[in-house]
Amino acid sequence: MQPSPTPSPTPSRSNLAGWLYVSPLVLVLVPFFVAPILVVLAASFFATDGFGGLTPGFTLASYVEVLHSALTLKLYLATIKFTVLTWIFTLIIGFLVAYFLVFHVRNQLLAIGLFLLCTVPFWTSNIIRMISWIPLLGKEGLINQALLALGVIRQPLEVLLFSDLAVVIAYVHQLTIFMIVPIFNSMARIDKKLIEAAIDAGASRFDIMRLIVVPMSKSGIALGTIFVVSIVMGDFFVVKVMSGGGSASVVSAFYEDVGVLQYPTAAASAVLLTLVLVAIVSLILRTVDIRQEITR
Amino acid sequence: MSDRIKGTSTSDPAGTEAALTKNLSRRTLLKGAAAVAGAAAGSDAIRGFPTIWAQEIKDIELRHVGVSYSVVKAIGDQAAKDLGFKVTMQNLDTSAAINRFISQPNTVDIADLEGWQAKLAAKRGVIQGIEVKKIKEFDNILPIFTKGEIDGHKIPRQGISPYEAMYIAKPDATDLNDGVTEWATFLPQVYNADSIGYRPDLVGHEVTEWKDLIDPKFKGKAAILDVPAIGIMDAALCFESAGLIKYGNKGNMTKEEIDFTCNKLIELKKQGQFRATWTTFDQSVQLMAAGEVVIQSMWSPAVAAVRVKEIPCVYAPVNVKNGKEGYRGWCNGMGLMKHLSGKKLDAAYEYLNWYLSGWQGGFVARYGYYSPVPSTAKKFLTPAEWAFWYEGQPAPEVVNDPYGVAMEKAGTKRDGGSFLDRVKNISCWNTLMDEAAYMNKRWNDFKVA
Repeated sequence: MQPSPTPSPTPSRSNLAGWLYVSPLVLVLVPFFVAPILVVLAASFFATDGFGGLTPGFTLASYVEVLHSALTLKLYLATIKFTVLTWIFTLIIGFLVAYFLVFHVRNQLLAIGLFLLCTVPFWTSNIIRMISWIPLLGKEGLINQALLALGVIRQPLEVLLFSDLAVVIAYVHQLTIFMIVPIFNSMARIDKKLIEAAIDAGASRFDIMRLIVVPMSKSGIALGTIFVVSIVMGDFFVVKVMSGGGSASVVSAFYEDVGVLQYPTAAASAVLLTLVLVAIVSLILRTVDIRQEITR
Repeated sequence: MSDRIKGTSTSDPAGTEAALTKNLSRRTLLKGAAAVAGAAAGSDAIRGFPTIWAQEIKDIELRHVGVSYSVVKAIGDQAAKDLGFKVTMQNLDTSAAINRFISQPNTVDIADLEGWQAKLAAKRGVIQGIEVKKIKEFDNILPIFTKGEIDGHKIPRQGISPYEAMYIAKPDATDLNDGVTEWATFLPQVYNADSIGYRPDLVGHEVTEWKDLIDPKFKGKAAILDVPAIGIMDAALCFESAGLIKYGNKGNMTKEEIDFTCNKLIELKKQGQFRATWTTFDQSVQLMAAGEVVIQSMWSPAVAAVRVKEIPCVYAPVNVKNGKEGYRGWCNGMGLMKHLSGKKLDAAYEYLNWYLSGWQGGFVARYGYYSPVPSTAKKFLTPAEWAFWYEGQPAPEVVNDPYGVAMEKAGTKRDGGSFLDRVKNISCWNTLMDEAAYMNKRWNDFKVA
């Protein structure tokens, strides 16, 4: 938030006004975000009898267990693999779509129309969107049938479904919009005269992209990245369904913990994941000063 | 684990016009019969009490919470109609359900519990003992549950058998009691014996042993259930069948046994044995129907749901032999939550009694599950249905599912044979091991491998 340009009459009144400004957010965040996080944090330090009973106290046993386990490392590697692959593809597709909409569609009304078209898949639930890939990618699915009919393959391709590929396809399909929107937004702010000037000065298309468009879309890319990374790292359902149960993620593992009433380890894993995400997001924010870029 | 019966309710694409009309008339007939019988049972239940009771219970609402294949809306609706108070059925998956019973016990009145969940719920003190004397049909409940035997055959206690989880010493006891008492943790209401489903046309021979599931011949065409506590039992049955290991107690493995089992699963996964793992009823039906797998651990109504799509599918009869094989049994029952008292508790007992009075037993029989009181369920089944579902005889006529859709052609025999053939071949029960936390961790190793 920018400091108000005119100095406030008295400091106490400006303090009050400040609190009033943030109060709606505080009223939402404290009961629905801060309080649950604190409960999870507290539970992660409790001891358990192994059957759902919690003994209030302070023990680091759950953290020791989570951090000492090779499983944790494998789960993070699996989750990070999905995150990075999804991020790369959503970024490439999202960037190109936004670029096309902003710089190639001359008619602004048409651009907005096409932009809205990108949101059409979101009119239905993301579970439906994910599951509809199954009849397409399956052994007896449309793609395999088409390839078999064309004689390109003799055996159906099994890698299409219940594989890491299927997981990434579903994620990219679900999350590209989260890249398109912020990148579109920041690109639309680029003054077209700047690009014309660059062309006049003899810049190549590649130079324009490298020196003007990409740097000036940085905030959008950073925002989109935050959305995509935090959604993929916090999800387990897509991994479960699209990998056919053949892969796991950080969240699916602690969901299973909750299933057998191992609350403290589940809570410790959740706290760890939150810390990792906070670290990643702050790294992104450190690289790109989103606040400055937005208020530019 | 979610929908065991949803799949069976989908319409039958193969239904010819003639079969349809026949179904319709039969269905109406059945409905009429059920309604008459239901009304009779209902009025009977209410007649026993002064009118004032009917007035007072009108505003009572019972919330019956549990998994969808056990807590079924159609059954709750019928109960409400017969009993005169409100019954709300709420569905959650197995792990969400037990978490809710333990963390928010006051939001539930009747808890749907498996044996191992009854043990947990008792331990956490969220349920109250059911007074056996107040259950009218208690003496008619099969001794599988009440005494741990049937026809002189001892019911195995690998895993947590319903009998093992059935009794507590006092209404507020937190530990199970070995042996019959006056107080029950839960009242069994539906159960079955699970095994393997396979495509006879693609497997090429009759499957009677669990080891076929891990046969390299079916590499990339097999699937296994991904609910760790149940999936590991199926895996154990496979490995024991293949002669790789002999477990002390499959239902309560030692750490070494868990390690062996999970390492073997990881090895199989790396060799590409499993096309997928499944967690819900629908997923297992889809895997089989879409040709993704030819053999997988499966539930009986799921096999039926595949057959309704005109795809051949057989439920493997895995009878016990040489101390190996056998079905994995499961049983869901009803527990009374601790907060129930006064009129609401009375209503809850009425509800439990209604459950064992037959309508529900008839309903679940039509998708392949059993009632703990077959003598009352029989009254709500046609002789043909009884012959097919319970006696394992060839169906004298077309057999319909609970919603009236034709399910099996006349002359078909139920896989696995009669009720007694099946339950006597249960070799282990769904469970929660002492080493559940460790097992869960190792299962996740398998998932991420």
